[in-house]
Amino acid sequence: MTTTPMDTRPPVDNRPPPLNGLELARWAWRQLTSMRVALILLFLLAVAAIPGSIIPQTEANPLNVRDFRARNPELSQWYDRLGLFDVYSTPWFAAIYIALMISLIGCILPRCWQHWKAMRAQPPKAPRRLTRMPAYRKVEVDATPDEALAVARAELRSRRFRLRKPLEDEADSVGAEIGYLRETGNLLFHLALVVVLLAVALGGLFSYRATVLVTEGSGFSNQVIQFDSLSAGALFDTADLPPFSMDLDEFRMEFVESGNQIGQPADYEATVTLVREPGAEPETHTIRVNEPLNIDGTSVHIMSPGYAPAFTVRAADGETILAEGPVPFLPRDGSFTSEGVVKVEVPPEYGDDIGIQAGFLPTAFLDENGPRSVFPGARNPEVYLTAWHGDLGLDDGQPQSIYRLDTEDMEQYLGDGGEPYRARLPVGETVGLPDGRSITFDGYVTWVNLQIGRNSGRELALVGGVAAVIGLMGSLYARRRRAWVRTSVGPEGRTVVEVAGLHRAEGSSGDRLADEIGAITDGLLLRLGGAEGKRED
Amino acid sequence: MDLDAVAEWSRYVVVVATLGYLASWLAFCAEAGIHSRRRRAVTEAAAEPERELVGVAASASAAPADEATASAPSGPGDAELQERADRLGGLGRGLFALTTVALAAGVVMRGLGTERAPWANMYEFSITGTLVASIVFIALARTVVGRVVAVWAVLLIFVTVGLASTFLYVPPGPVQPALQSYWLVIHVGCAVLAFGLFTVGAVVSALQIVSERAAERGRTTGFGASLPESAGLDRLAYRLTAIAFPIWTFGPLILGAIWAEVSWGRYWGWDPKEVWALITWLAYAAYLHARATAGWKGSKASVVALIGYGTVLFSYFGVNILFNGLHSYGGL
Ligand code: HEM
Repeated sequence: MTTTPMDTRPPVDNRPPPLNGLELARWAWRQLTSMRVALILLFLLAVAAIPGSIIPQTEANPLNVRDFRARNPELSQWYDRLGLFDVYSTPWFAAIYIALMISLIGCILPRCWQHWKAMRAQPPKAPRRLTRMPAYRKVEVDATPDEALAVARAELRSRRFRLRKPLEDEADSVGAEIGYLRETGNLLFHLALVVVLLAVALGGLFSYRATVLVTEGSGFSNQVIQFDSLSAGALFDTADLPPFSMDLDEFRMEFVESGNQIGQPADYEATVTLVREPGAEPETHTIRVNEPLNIDGTSVHIMSPGYAPAFTVRAADGETILAEGPVPFLPRDGSFTSEGVVKVEVPPEYGDDIGIQAGFLPTAFLDENGPRSVFPGARNPEVYLTAWHGDLGLDDGQPQSIYRLDTEDMEQYLGDGGEPYRARLPVGETVGLPDGRSITFDGYVTWVNLQIGRNSGRELALVGGVAAVIGLMGSLYARRRRAWVRTSVGPEGRTVVEVAGLHRAEGSSGDRLADEIGAITDGLLLRLGGAEGKRED
Repeated sequence: MDLDAVAEWSRYVVVVATLGYLASWLAFCAEAGIHSRRRRAVTEAAAEPERELVGVAASASAAPADEATASAPSGPGDAELQERADRLGGLGRGLFALTTVALAAGVVMRGLGTERAPWANMYEFSITGTLVASIVFIALARTVVGRVVAVWAVLLIFVTVGLASTFLYVPPGPVQPALQSYWLVIHVGCAVLAFGLFTVGAVVSALQIVSERAAERGRTTGFGASLPESAGLDRLAYRLTAIAFPIWTFGPLILGAIWAEVSWGRYWGWDPKEVWALITWLAYAAYLHARATAGWKGSKASVVALIGYGTVLFSYFGVNILFNGLHSYGGL
């Protein structure tokens, strides 16, 4: 370790002490707070972070984890044992960064105290032989030694050096030091890291993130029961949810229409009506991808979008409407080839339940591979469907996915030749089912997953981050150095002025220090009345 | 000319720049070749008298050793060789500067043609990052250390631009909604800047290791001996990292977190790109610590710096190509 003067900790002793509890603890603490261990822990943390970027993580991407488990059941068991699907919340990962934090605090707090003392202490007095210093200049001047020393003090002060208060026996010299910012910045940087970590850790306890799928023309209110998913910190309280409600008036998707990036999303925009609390005036807002809506600290983001084809299902009398309205379908590819189901619970007098399994194609295209969508925008929307009848099982209390049809108690409609019944519908068309009931494809609207969330502590984390960068710049760019000036009467009766410097910073070259000592000397001569002095190096 | 054409033409300008870097590197190589010939001549001349002395002891023949020492050090045509080397070096530097201007034109044309900052996919990131590195090298080339470094830098730059305009090339086009933001300009801009600086630093660190090894073995000929003193390289590598590290902290990490919070509603989500940005940061923090730890100065610290650069390359190439996170903007 570079032994800077404020770093007065004894050099690290690697030998274990005699087996005395207190000694052992002290030894362990010295090890933990040593630079070498900090270095090792930094590396360990970096290495430990790698698996989580390669193996799918539950927090970031639960679907990929599910796929991975299905494909590698054997391996997944091992991964589970080691927590490799949740690397960043495993005890072993936590152990490393907690050790690093403890090491950091244990290292930094004593240094803060030492730096505090160093800043208040006097710069050191001039060494006996200034010629030994890495930068050295000697000039002769006509002024008296006292005058020259006074001028030297003025010069150093104007260069923002901190001057030593001379003691009785130091009337011939001045000591000065500059660049305390280096250590100040370094300490600020390390302390700011602690602040960032605390902000992230404590903030996480109060944060929450929820998603809700909203179809154009419908809305939701900000309550847990309305969310499709919710992840929240341990101290999150549902009473903290701001009591707003929101309707999605329009969700517009634009795609690149031509060129080599055809079909890429170009712009998404949601227009919503917000009611901040029951009874408040409705407000209209737009939400775009990089422009979330902020509602008193809770932000609403646009996540994944999709289409919701609208159907009307009629009874065999051709009049009675059994079901109508848009149903969100899940996109399967970048061109929004979408799939979904419509579950129609039918009152007994109109027959049994109907389940429709359908594909929605915003720009339908049919070739030997079957129907698919070739562009995500709705240029030629069509629906392909097949249907089932029987008991949907909606009443038996089992939770069901709204995207999958449970066909256990159902029978597929069959066509005239006994093959499964299929239909292809452009917008506005109606098809009759074999039992006389009918399905109309009325059109479509869009839907979007909105993410509602609050990241507590983000402001504090940001302040910590910015403080860290500022501290870092001080730590890396400030150069700590000392300068001394001594005056004496030379053999010819003229005054000899010696100027010397010592730098104590990483990466600073001797040249720069020599330049500075030269500049101090020149400044001193200038103050003494021009180039009268004879220079000698 | 319409904007698309400007963007398309930018590719040809970049290809020309690639060839320019190659030519510049060849000129530097030729220069280094002549220098090494001269050095070999000098060392052989220095070794000669000793051989003669051994000869004296063995066969007691009294050949005059003077002749060899007198003729060899300044060797036949040494001044001429020196002059030729200087001319080649000047040619290399001139080509380097000119090519960098061409590359800058290519980058600017790409930006104008697509009407956005030219660093939205891997191709653009590569050419812009290379431009930054080139400019840093030109700034460094005013010093002796920098001139030696530049020779190897040109090779690296040639390879990067070459890869960019072939394998990584993406035709100009708009970017997806998540990228349409001024955060892109600053966040990725900082990443490009730091990438360029880390690249230069890595070249210097690698040379530092070679130079230190050569000094330890007392080599006087060969590549290692032609390098500047290792302490100077060590300091230069540290300075470059000291500039790049805060930029990396500020751009990829802090601004990245802000942008992620604006765009996805969370400021840190352990996405592979985020993880690798953090790994890079930790590795370079380890480097800075190593430099401040007794016994780790010099080539040991340089090895840590090279590991750090490995993580930079991985956060950039590896993550974009191999992983399918939220950050898959490579455009491949
Ligand atoms: C999260 C973990 C840490 C990070 C990211 C970190 C980062 C840094 C950085 C970037 C520097 C460079 C400043 C410079 O070169 O002047 C530095 C310096 C330093 N760090 Fe850390 N550090 C961490 C933990 C620690 C710990 C645990 C210790 C205590 C053992 C420590 C002690 C020091 C010291 C003494 C210096 C000054 C070195 C010098 O003399 O220049 N750091 N740190």
